[in-house]
Amino acid sequence: MNDIAFPTTNAIGDLVRANFPASSAYIINGILGIAAVLITVALIPVFLVWMERKVAAHFQARLGPMRVGFHGTLQSVADGLKLLFKEVLKPAGADSFGFFLAPILPATASFLVMTIIPFDHHLQVTDLNGGVIYVIAISGLSVFGILLAGWSSNNKYSLLGAMRSGAQLISYEISLAIIMLLIVLVSGTASLREIVLSQQGTVLDWWIFKLPGLGLVAFIMYLISSTAELNRGPFDISEAESELTGGFTTEYSGISFSMFFLAEFVNMFVAGTLTTTFFLGGFLAPQIGLGTVDLLFDAVPGFVWFFLKTCFIIFLFMWFRWSFPRLRVDQLMELEWKVLLPINIIVLVLGAIFVAQGWILP
Amino acid sequence: MIEESIIKKHTVLSEHAAELLQSRQSSTVKPGLSLSQYLYKIGSGFYSLLKGMKLTGSYFVNPGKIVTQPYPENRETLKMFPRFRGRVIMVHDEDGEHSCTACGLCEKACPNGTISVHATRNIAGRKVLGRYVYRLNQCTQCNLCIEVCPFDAIRMGHDFELAAYDRDSLIFILNNKEGRG
Repeated sequence: MNDIAFPTTNAIGDLVRANFPASSAYIINGILGIAAVLITVALIPVFLVWMERKVAAHFQARLGPMRVGFHGTLQSVADGLKLLFKEVLKPAGADSFGFFLAPILPATASFLVMTIIPFDHHLQVTDLNGGVIYVIAISGLSVFGILLAGWSSNNKYSLLGAMRSGAQLISYEISLAIIMLLIVLVSGTASLREIVLSQQGTVLDWWIFKLPGLGLVAFIMYLISSTAELNRGPFDISEAESELTGGFTTEYSGISFSMFFLAEFVNMFVAGTLTTTFFLGGFLAPQIGLGTVDLLFDAVPGFVWFFLKTCFIIFLFMWFRWSFPRLRVDQLMELEWKVLLPINIIVLVLGAIFVAQGWILP
Repeated sequence: MIEESIIKKHTVLSEHAAELLQSRQSSTVKPGLSLSQYLYKIGSGFYSLLKGMKLTGSYFVNPGKIVTQPYPENRETLKMFPRFRGRVIMVHDEDGEHSCTACGLCEKACPNGTISVHATRNIAGRKVLGRYVYRLNQCTQCNLCIEVCPFDAIRMGHDFELAAYDRDSLIFILNNKEGRG
């Protein structure tokens, strides 16, 4: 039934399938999908860097970039080009293999997660049955890049930043996984597409509202954990400009640095998309129960809603970053192990009780 | 007897030390939080975070409160604050007279040797200002010369576009004419 209301094939894929034999169409469609994700990965940081700078500026009663293009829209393009032309330096005593491998890993991890995100019901490279498990497994990869960068840079600040980051990611991944588990528990599936489709109906059917009270708590917990997972402020102790002169990115310059930078912003986008998928109904239009408005909202393509919701989550991340002071390392650990983890376990148990008792709103 | 008293004194001392140590430990080691304290801590933490977000959010939704200046565009209308320190200027009234008496207090007050007051004598034989040399390239805008001047002859100007291609062009003679009326 879901496949009829929300078909998995799109026009471009149908066109390829109509004009090529099945086996080559399979390969061509795969390549097209990967190319689309690659282009998205390349373009999203350009937009997000601009957004970050504008949002940060307005939170601080400034204007931000205003010179290059209309309201500085081309500023990040100019910055990206400048970064590409800069010299790549390697400190004496740094391990070449690790040093140049490290920036690739976080970018690869975020790219891999992007392949299973349902941007729309027909805009998904592949839909895995265990999509949530895949997300947890792959997002853990980025910490390898950070640890490798810190280790191979031959710099004490890099190493300190990387070790902090490792400890932080290992801790907060537990909270993140528990909330993902809650969503899997209540929606009865681990496939991201099916999780989105389990939220059909009005706005109240999104998981943030569908579990009375619990959904909101889980949403807040997920936001906190994913902010920490992203190494963004107020949890940016692994970069900590004022303490560690940039942490694991201290020794990186030019294109290597821009790979880390790119990965950071793509990761933020991925975290936004995952939050949207799990809590805000993914590509589904917000239905508020008014006939004409609902029809109007339904006419807007799903990926537009998806990007709007994702942008909202990213805006929240930015709001956190530019409002809150950075946590100390011990406070960070205390927050995870003494506050978030117990609350998340309680939320998970309550979720299980809700499912068993059938208290989920119809 | 003596030994006993010494032992007694030592035991008293060691008991005292132990007490002291215990009190110190109890003051440094955090007592465990009770459940209500724990919940209160979480609640108040969230409340203060929300307060912070409300403040930054109010800045975000009120773009009229921007405090920065779009400088090159508004250089005609840009007004500096009274406390702004650009470079030292000498106050001249409408007749082109200044009130410097060449007392040299500013020269002595300057930590960098920025100011040289060259005095001369007028026709009456009185000591008056000859040339007031101000070297902007050495000046840190510390304001000490202005504070020390008994006649308010100099003050901090509001010019800030002071860049030059040559060090020598940063040396100024501040007085327009010799002497003082």
